[in-house]
Amino acid sequence: MKTLTSLSLAALLATASFVAQAQPEYDQISRGSYIATLGDCTACHTTDATQPFAGGVKLQTPFGTLVGANITPDPATGIGNWNYDDFKRAMTAGIGHGGKRLYGAMPFTAYTKMSDADLRDLWAWMQTLQPIHHEVETNQLPFPFNIRSSLMVWNWINFDKGEFQPHPDKSAQWNRGAYLVEGPGHCGTCHTPKNLLGGDKGGQFLTGEVVEGWYAPNLTNSDHSGLGKWTTEDIVSYLRTGVNRFDIASGPMADAVSHSTQHWRDDDLQAVATYLKGGDKQSEKVPQPLPASDERMQLGAQIYASKCSACHSPGGRGEQNIFPQLKDNPLLNQSDATSLIRVVAAGSRGVNTDIRPTAPAMPSFAGVLGNDQIAAVVTYIRNSWGNAAAPVDATAVQKVKDNLQ
Amino acid sequence: MKKLPKTDVVVIGLGWAGSIIAKELADEGLEVIGIERGPWRDTARDFNVATVTDELRYVMREELMLRTRQNTCTMRNNPSQTALPMRTWGSFHPGNGTGGAGNHWAGITFRFQPEEFRLKSHLTERYGANAIPDELVLQDWGTTWEEMEPHYMQFERVAGTSGYAANLNGEKRAGGNPFEGMRSGDYPTPPLRQPYGPTLFAEAAKNMGYQPFPVPSSLVSEAYTNPYGVTMGPCTFCGFCTNYGCANYSKASAITTVLPALMRKENFTAYTNCEVLEVLTDSSGKKATGVTYIDSSGDKWEQPADLVIVAAFTFENVRLMLLSKIGEAYDPVTNRGTTGRNYAYQTANGVTLFFDNKNFNPFIGAGAVGMGIDEFNNDNFDHSGLGFLGGGSIRVTPIGSAPIGYRPVPPNTPKWGSQWKRAVKDNYLSTMSIGCEASSYTTRTNYLSLDPNYSDPHGRPLLRITFDFAENDLKMAQYCTGKVAEIAQSMNPRQIVAKPMSGHWNSVPYQSSHVVGGFIMGADPSTSSVNKHLQVWDVPNLFVVGASAFPQNPGYNPTGTVGALAFKAAHAIRHYYLKRPGEMITA
Repeated sequence: MKTLTSLSLAALLATASFVAQAQPEYDQISRGSYIATLGDCTACHTTDATQPFAGGVKLQTPFGTLVGANITPDPATGIGNWNYDDFKRAMTAGIGHGGKRLYGAMPFTAYTKMSDADLRDLWAWMQTLQPIHHEVETNQLPFPFNIRSSLMVWNWINFDKGEFQPHPDKSAQWNRGAYLVEGPGHCGTCHTPKNLLGGDKGGQFLTGEVVEGWYAPNLTNSDHSGLGKWTTEDIVSYLRTGVNRFDIASGPMADAVSHSTQHWRDDDLQAVATYLKGGDKQSEKVPQPLPASDERMQLGAQIYASKCSACHSPGGRGEQNIFPQLKDNPLLNQSDATSLIRVVAAGSRGVNTDIRPTAPAMPSFAGVLGNDQIAAVVTYIRNSWGNAAAPVDATAVQKVKDNLQ
Repeated sequence: MKKLPKTDVVVIGLGWAGSIIAKELADEGLEVIGIERGPWRDTARDFNVATVTDELRYVMREELMLRTRQNTCTMRNNPSQTALPMRTWGSFHPGNGTGGAGNHWAGITFRFQPEEFRLKSHLTERYGANAIPDELVLQDWGTTWEEMEPHYMQFERVAGTSGYAANLNGEKRAGGNPFEGMRSGDYPTPPLRQPYGPTLFAEAAKNMGYQPFPVPSSLVSEAYTNPYGVTMGPCTFCGFCTNYGCANYSKASAITTVLPALMRKENFTAYTNCEVLEVLTDSSGKKATGVTYIDSSGDKWEQPADLVIVAAFTFENVRLMLLSKIGEAYDPVTNRGTTGRNYAYQTANGVTLFFDNKNFNPFIGAGAVGMGIDEFNNDNFDHSGLGFLGGGSIRVTPIGSAPIGYRPVPPNTPKWGSQWKRAVKDNYLSTMSIGCEASSYTTRTNYLSLDPNYSDPHGRPLLRITFDFAENDLKMAQYCTGKVAEIAQSMNPRQIVAKPMSGHWNSVPYQSSHVVGGFIMGADPSTSSVNKHLQVWDVPNLFVVGASAFPQNPGYNPTGTVGALAFKAAHAIRHYYLKRPGEMITA
């Protein structure tokens, strides 16, 4: 059994490498597959692992539900009738086959920055997908958002079309990082604040936003609530393994790490870290931490001691690779505490990756702590051990719980 | 019955042994299917730190144990009696679900001593054949310390075991267990810090000339990432440990150290809530062809496999072999047959110390934190003229006293009412105990067989335990408990109460889940069921792994050795069997 399998596998590999040398398109398809990983296409286009890219993932937006399309080459329900120009127009202009306008949940506002070469590679790879017949109604928005022609106005306000232009005064590594973050990686889709129409707010790139009931934190280089205290190694470790000395990826970012960033090449992760760390230190208003004498802080300290300190340690130090550090952690200083409230109330499971398979979980405390108590303990950790951030009240906790229903 | 596509390996049971072997063989590239009788268990979902500290649920109602309605055993003390079924667990606690009994274990992780693996030879050499009492049927294991040691190391590294090495590559170091065999590597994590009771005991033992050491423990003392990449967090002495799943990722079990890595592998599949009914063999009886199992909908399936690994709890390993007619069933009258022979237990003894002015904070504890001495264990002392063999591990390991179960009062206190309440109040903080977990040596009439009268819901006979304490073991219990009492006395308590094991085995009070033997390893197929690679004699593609392989039980907890045997079997399969499938040892 073993011997036979490995022999035939070895034979197959030998054939494969021979074929690869003989067929340059093999390299193109392999590059395209990597670009699909960079873009995390699977996040919105695969619901069932046995039907890859057949669509169906529901995205809850503030305007209603959008559903990821079937992007397999099935002519009837997928994109089998498309040609490259159709594909490129969808990716870079947000206009699909037959002139149908795409919603911004499909991050063409980022993909517009992708190079023609990358798009061609990606397209070559997509031709190799198994066509799957799977009807998807992508637009499930209520009136009036379901009228696609309204998107003309949306695009006019929110969309800057055009391929990424390198900054000549920056290093090649920085430029590669900028391309990945702003283009295929589409980090801003979650991490950039949105205006009332759901478009990116000008001048606030990557400063943090609530997405699907989580707060996608500030990724700028500012010290208090951004990545200023993270080293490039911290960023690479987080994206590569889901874990670094501050945190473990959770919520939608766990999916992003699991499907996408853990598979990125090391030089690409380094480039991303260089770009994120190369940004200006944003001038941010750093609040004064609440005094320990504050009633909420006193209650929070008691709850922390009895419920939290066993794992996160009495001084908020945490434990390496398993329990996130709370001390001096910019993630606790975000202007919005949605994610913190959520993990305390509902619990959350960290990502598992090849390098860090543990996937430790934060348990749900909603059964043993009331809204006031959850608010107090979140307020306490946001204002202890070097952290400082706005207090949280019971109403905010209830709001997060309501959104979970 | 529907037949499934054939797989390379089927593993029965996803506790410690099964999970380790499944991981090792999946790493080898084989397609592995693990079949588990109980539910999937997972720290994140099942052992929420906010709610797991529930004594009623986990201790009183035995949440993590096998339901006796699903499967139980019958028991009797000797072959002349008719066995009756156990309808609630008492004496021992068989686990259920992924992680198995390794979820609710204490975490004490001893290696057996080098002499243990050739016990009969060793005792014969030291005292002469006539010194071994007639009632005992001691055996060698057919393996050696040198062959076991690397696999102990593997297990400890996966479990993150904490402790202090006394014999590191031959270098003797004070502060560890001076009786341990030579180690090729240090414990992966340093010893846990000690609560007050163990500290006091260690001082007293030292004053009497003994050499106390921190009890080796698979509760990690610091964050630890094992060779499979899985991370554990440090033990916090919460005291909800034995009988509970660990909420802090501190107590090693298959679910905290192996399964997170194993479940990621595409060539591994777990079937949970699926009970294996039988191991199938071909018409020659010399080749296992797979297993049959029943799923939670009551549908029966056949899972064919090239290699079958039976790695359930001791009882179910033996029962499956009896039900599948693997090997000849042991008969105590003719002394023939091997399946079911050499069943042994553990002889539990203890001394309780009542003080007036001490505060032990007994709620601080862990399944495996404490100090021990080994001067009266196994053959570490001269047994000449004592009239018995064996001994016990003497130690103070406060497991954490939970509110319902822990109400220490001196003997003759009323069982209820104001006097009882006062006694509880007076003694709760100021009582400690010293345990002596002692050996259990096998006899001809202690064995496992199929019960002729009682069956499970599928109509299969229950396993019947025929067991009573050997005279040898009761004498040993008296002697060793006396030694414990001497140490206790030197600590000047107000009162001591010594409880050596005495009388007949009683299945009602909890004593120990360390049930061993019944499908034992050895070098001779006429007196053993598996060879030193845990490969079944005459059925070379069948391996039976677990404490069922112990020919007798020393005065130590078994899990470290179960883990080492699992790695030993996996090693033999990976390095020898797969290259030349067949008997690795010919009898």
